[in-house]
Amino acid sequence: MTDRTPIDESQPVGDGGRPGGTTAWRRSITELGTQMDSYYGRPIVKEPVWQPEIPFYFWTGGIAGASSVLHGIARLSGNEQLAKRSLLIGAAADVASPLLLVSDLGRPERFLHMLRMFKVTSPMSVGSWILLVSGGASNTAAAMELLDPLPLVHALRPVKWLAELVSFLAGPPLATYTGALVANTAIPVWSEARVELPWLFGASATATAGAAAAITTPAENAGPARRAAIGGSAAALALTFAMEKKLGFVGEVYKEGAAHRYGRMAKVATAAGAGLLALGGKRSRTAAALGGALVLGGELALRWSVFKAGFQSARDPKYTVVPQKQRAAERERGGAST
Amino acid sequence: MTSTGVKGTAEPTGSPAAWPDTYGEEARPRMGFFTDTSICIGCKACEVACKEWNLIPEDGRVWTGESYDNTSHLNANTWRHVAFVEQRKPLHLDGDTVTLTEPGDGQPEPLRWLMESDVCKHCTHAGCLDVCPTGALFRTEFGTVVVQEDICNGCRYCVPACPFGVIDKRDLPRSPDDAPLLMDMLGKKEDGRVWKCTLCYDRLKGGHEPACAKACPTNSIQFGELDELRERADKRLEKLRTERWNGARLYGHDPDDGVGGFGAFFLLLDEPEVYGLPPDPVVPTAHLPQLWRSTALAAAAMFVGVAAAFVGGRE
Repeated sequence: MTDRTPIDESQPVGDGGRPGGTTAWRRSITELGTQMDSYYGRPIVKEPVWQPEIPFYFWTGGIAGASSVLHGIARLSGNEQLAKRSLLIGAAADVASPLLLVSDLGRPERFLHMLRMFKVTSPMSVGSWILLVSGGASNTAAAMELLDPLPLVHALRPVKWLAELVSFLAGPPLATYTGALVANTAIPVWSEARVELPWLFGASATATAGAAAAITTPAENAGPARRAAIGGSAAALALTFAMEKKLGFVGEVYKEGAAHRYGRMAKVATAAGAGLLALGGKRSRTAAALGGALVLGGELALRWSVFKAGFQSARDPKYTVVPQKQRAAERERGGAST
Repeated sequence: MTSTGVKGTAEPTGSPAAWPDTYGEEARPRMGFFTDTSICIGCKACEVACKEWNLIPEDGRVWTGESYDNTSHLNANTWRHVAFVEQRKPLHLDGDTVTLTEPGDGQPEPLRWLMESDVCKHCTHAGCLDVCPTGALFRTEFGTVVVQEDICNGCRYCVPACPFGVIDKRDLPRSPDDAPLLMDMLGKKEDGRVWKCTLCYDRLKGGHEPACAKACPTNSIQFGELDELRERADKRLEKLRTERWNGARLYGHDPDDGVGGFGAFFLLLDEPEVYGLPPDPVVPTAHLPQLWRSTALAAAAMFVGVAAAFVGGRE
């Protein structure tokens, strides 16, 4: 005898609408051999209330961070043209990033409150400082690069080298901390992927920085950028599959709704773009531009897929309840046997 | 009871960060709630008293059509929420219960109503507080967790970081009391900050009990020193078990659980998820060492990966 007539499960799922439960009041999750109750199908953890600026920032922050690395190694290897292009791309992304973040705040006029303290338990606090350092350094270096013909700026070249070094070192943390940021929440699909997300975001960042540099740099100097784009894309694709496989039940959200649509878009565009860069990027500037654009678009879709998956994961209480009940049951069993 | 692995990570002492040590002589005993749902009558006086005292704005008049509960969940404008569940389950295990006879088959069925006044748990290891980048969320001298509304910049990181879905962003228009904006461009029309239960920090400072506990007519909401409340709850549970109440259990009173125990804990009559509560909550920052290790390794791998792209020449 069921306790209550189930709610119609076929009702449409609103995308951004809150609140909204889609789970029947009581449902059998037979593949897991457990029956679950919920409070009228309502979510337990709250959906994030971040706006579209955030996935765009994950993308621009990734471009900024990985471009700094590309720039640094290009400079060391004597590839001045690639170094300059990457530096300017990174600096531009470092300008866009804080603007996106400030715009997302509920109280944008208080954005400086982010720098009231440094808190290692808050990836957002750590990230704010990384972004400040990275953005300050990359923009100083970029400005001095452009103004180098001026004698005074030219004389201050050690300052530029220092700025380049700082930007180089701050790049990878800037590209990867955003993975830690979303993973450090109670959202099951993010939290359970806490090992994979920083790697996925790092790979995605490398792909986008490489793609942006491959578009803007003549082919004779763009080899490393192309290879970074292709390698980053391949790594991001592999990590996406690995993450979805590992998540299992909690990862179901990547097969549904917006997370699925963006995820499919990401896989197709990234694979096509990387393929195009590999086959024609060296010979044809058009192929390099098209391939690079596809990788950039694909990786943006990847950020959106991860972002949306978090919302979907919070919306259905089964993703919160079932793994927690399993964990508690396993602990009980473990406790009983010892 | 085994430890869930929280100890030794975020806050190794097992007591709330910044309390009582940082307060020195100003530290007070840790205060909290024991919400005994077995004597809740669902009157919602707590919801009303909370709104009145804390000047919380109205948050829409929604008719859910699913129960006597039209509030549905805790959010920025609801800091006490009375859950209401109607069950075909006996109230007592020995069959002593209200029964209901369906027209037609004539078989009597057991019936009970569960009511639970939900509130912020004021966790020992609070996810919201841990992730707050501005320090707007802080631990008071009473060991409770409070948002400083003049500091919060509306980053909303705390919203998905709460394992209970308590704290939320307020979308309502700014209060006229707020300081005027220097530039319209830099401001937003809505409040934009996050809000939650303060355990009536202002009333506590004045030596009063929180508004909800004061208004509760059955003493379902009990306020006091946490240590004493835990003892009281143990005795109450023992009594209910002797009386064979169906499903009686304490929720959140164990300092070894995933959030180090709640400052506001509960006596429930069914599984936590029946009331919309997570069955085994863990503070997100419990995984912090693993998370930062993975991030550092991924960052290091980026240096190696990009350097590898330079093998094979310029073209």
